[in-house]
Amino acid sequence: MSSCAPNDAQFRIQNPMAEFLRMERMPHIWCPGCGIGSVVTSMAEAIKNGGHDMDKIAVVSGIGCTGRVAGYVKFDSFHTTHGRAIPFATGLKLANPELKVIVFSGDGDLFSIGGNHFIHAARRNMDLLVICVNNFTYGMTGGQMTPTTPTTANASTTPYGNYEYPFSLPFLADAAGATYVARWTSLNARNITDSISEALNRKGFSFIEVITPCTTLYQRRNRLGDGIDAMQYYHDDADIQHGADTRTVDIGFQGKLKTGKFVDRQKPTYLDAVNTHYANVIGDDYQLYGKTPPEKQAEEEAKRAAAAAAEQADGLEAEYIDEPAECGGDDA
Amino acid sequence: MPARNTVAADPKGVDSGAHFMDGDHALAEGALAAGCRFFAGYPITPSTETAERFAERCPAVGGLFIQMEDEIASATALIGGAWGGQKVMTVTSGPGFSLMMETIGLAATTETPLVIADVQRGGPSTGLPTLTAQQDMMQARWGSHGDYRIIALVPDSPQECFDLAIEAFNLSEIYRVPVFIMTDETVGHMHEKVVIPEAEEIRVVERNWYQGPKGEYRPYRFTGRDVAPMVKAGDGHRFHITGLTHDERGYPALTAEQNDKVVRHLIEKIDSNAESIIRVEEDGIEGADVVVLSYGITSRIAIRAVQEARQAGLKVGVLRLITVWPFCEKKIRELAGKVKAIVVPEINYGQMVLEVERCAAGQCKVVSVNHCGGAVHDPEVILAAIQEAAK
Amino acid sequence: MFFGKLKKAHGKVIINPNWCKGCGYCVKYCPTDVLEMSKGYNAKGYHPPQVKAAADCRDCKFCELICPEFAIYVTSDKEEEQASASA
Ligand SMILES: Cc1ncc(C[n+]2csc(CCOP(=O)(O)OP(=O)(O)O)c2C)c(N)n1
Ligand code: SF4
Ligand code: SF4
Ligand code: SF4
Ligand SMILES: [Mg+2]
Repeated sequence: MSSCAPNDAQFRIQNPMAEFLRMERMPHIWCPGCGIGSVVTSMAEAIKNGGHDMDKIAVVSGIGCTGRVAGYVKFDSFHTTHGRAIPFATGLKLANPELKVIVFSGDGDLFSIGGNHFIHAARRNMDLLVICVNNFTYGMTGGQMTPTTPTTANASTTPYGNYEYPFSLPFLADAAGATYVARWTSLNARNITDSISEALNRKGFSFIEVITPCTTLYQRRNRLGDGIDAMQYYHDDADIQHGADTRTVDIGFQGKLKTGKFVDRQKPTYLDAVNTHYANVIGDDYQLYGKTPPEKQAEEEAKRAAAAAAEQADGLEAEYIDEPAECGGDDA
Repeated sequence: MPARNTVAADPKGVDSGAHFMDGDHALAEGALAAGCRFFAGYPITPSTETAERFAERCPAVGGLFIQMEDEIASATALIGGAWGGQKVMTVTSGPGFSLMMETIGLAATTETPLVIADVQRGGPSTGLPTLTAQQDMMQARWGSHGDYRIIALVPDSPQECFDLAIEAFNLSEIYRVPVFIMTDETVGHMHEKVVIPEAEEIRVVERNWYQGPKGEYRPYRFTGRDVAPMVKAGDGHRFHITGLTHDERGYPALTAEQNDKVVRHLIEKIDSNAESIIRVEEDGIEGADVVVLSYGITSRIAIRAVQEARQAGLKVGVLRLITVWPFCEKKIRELAGKVKAIVVPEINYGQMVLEVERCAAGQCKVVSVNHCGGAVHDPEVILAAIQEAAK
Repeated sequence: MFFGKLKKAHGKVIINPNWCKGCGYCVKYCPTDVLEMSKGYNAKGYHPPQVKAAADCRDCKFCELICPEFAIYVTSDKEEEQASASA
């Protein structure tokens, strides 16, 4: 059996990503070897594996190369202003609590202009999954220094090397109150997928940092070679240390990269806290969007029962496989 | 714009009866009556009472209040909240209004209905935090970058804070546009009788929900007259919203032609419906030599001056703007041809007067009566201006 | 369970050379060396990968997961059999 190149139209339909991407917008704008696309695939894979209702997933991005993710994924998706993906996502989640809201954005967006929103959403344990593509630079605007650029690294605004001290994102997230914190490199596609799966199955503020090559700017400006060289660096210098103390996971220029799941703890989410608190102090008069706590509880119970029933039904049909798409293009 | 049906207000949010309350509290009551169930805010004098009132009232009304980390977050959470399906509001004052400006542009271009009240105080900068002003009138109109339109209303009493809050929500739904309530410290903190009608007497415009099949939803139509219906996240339409210049699907379309289409639509959907949006109050305009044009708290002060001038035998009319944006251009053009002068007192160094001058286009005198905030006008100063103008 | 029938998983790689930007990730990180970069250029001037050892594909889908361009995917043989059966 050899490879088979279907025509473009077929490829768009038959690609397993077709469910998750606005295929009519492909190919995307990202540079060769840019890691953002891989992380998007991991997210899609995690959503697929988790059997989540895709109509209830919303993706919110800020501005930047990574910010373009919202425009490519086939969910309810929002491309907002620079730095404001988290407050947007907060409004979205609180207005419609049944949504699973994923914030997908860049290091500059989330931690420079949006840094304040990040720490407050983490503090509140807002039920959001924040995925940060950390490429150590402002990609979209041409490779300037960000709050994660390692000291001594070259950026267009630190042409003689960076003299600032970067944030260590897992440490920041942990300190601010995030209840799930993980870091991977974009080479760890399976781990990223697993982490996103895990985060989607829990409640609370989850943060996943993915160290990712910006081939065109960061790699080139620092004479670090191309995407393959970045992957080689990740391969050689990343070390999985689950549960590592987040105070120890900072990143020096081309230094060791500690990866893994660092934090996983339980705490009521913002909305849980709101609901519990008001149910206590106001009692059955308390309601959110027209529903009192007993009504909401009944609703959730019914939803769980329906899900369990559906799972059973799924089990019965496990042998059934969808009519597969056929590959009928020319051989390359 | 096709006329939109109204429904009776949800009685849960309506605290019917006669109350004695200040303008800030009345704003919160108006929002609740209009069906607003999501409020994100950041404290700032002299607006905070609105947030406090909402926070106090919402648990039993079925709403949610969140105190955000700043005004940028508050305004942005509103856009998220609106696309999450709620009617949304925040309240602020000058410094916070400035912080919201970028987000207001996002709301304008994404055609997101939301309501922001600016309880104005003296500026610039931290200025006079506890004292009144009307210095954000042009900022309301032009504050965000790029070309767009918004609607802005100005209440002159606590009762009107309540009434205009409902109107603001209704307009924001009809035109899918940010609507501002440009009140001020004096009205915000002034206690007066506020009558909240029975729920069935309050007419509320519901969101125009898209009814068509999934997969075919288009968040925009660039007709310049009407707006597309809305959906909310979670209903399976898998729609996309961006602040980039976009096509009907909401997808980025980064060409000059498309930007022209979008921007012209944003402008024309308001301009072409201006006559049905604009509300003014007039008194004694027919046959007047001088008309005093004012808005908000200043119009209540101006009344004193007008009364005295009339007693002195001058023919003085009153034009009170309730809608400041869009501006009542047609009215001013007509008026300017008939009167000697239009006197414009406002608590700033000449903002709305620029519009009056533009529309009067030299047909009559336009007299600015300004000061930069901290108090309302002395009616004698307005009277003197009327007398001078009548000469 | 029919352990006797258990076969090694086997996949079929499908590449859209027009979307590929030639980063080489799929080639480098395929655990069984199924792919190689081709000598030819696509319309954008990149060298897309091609299959050099189809029989070795273990359907792990790592190439699919790591490709930043969504330009490569793998169908499992099971699906292929179904396809030919239904064709
Ligand atoms: C208010 C504002 N300031 C500045 C910009 C310009 N800007 C666009 S993207 C960007 C940086 C994005 O960097 P990052 O979040 O790291 O994303 P990347 O492009 O690296 O994926 C900046 C500064 C903007 N769009 N808005
Ligand atoms: S500039 Fe950098 S971050 Fe942006 S698409 Fe290119 S490689 Fe990716
Ligand atoms: S599926 Fe796995 S074995 Fe097959 S080509 Fe892709 S990476 Fe190689
Ligand atoms: S990973 Fe994708 S873009 Fe990179 S060489 Fe392979 S097919 Fe091309
Ligand atoms: Mg970046």
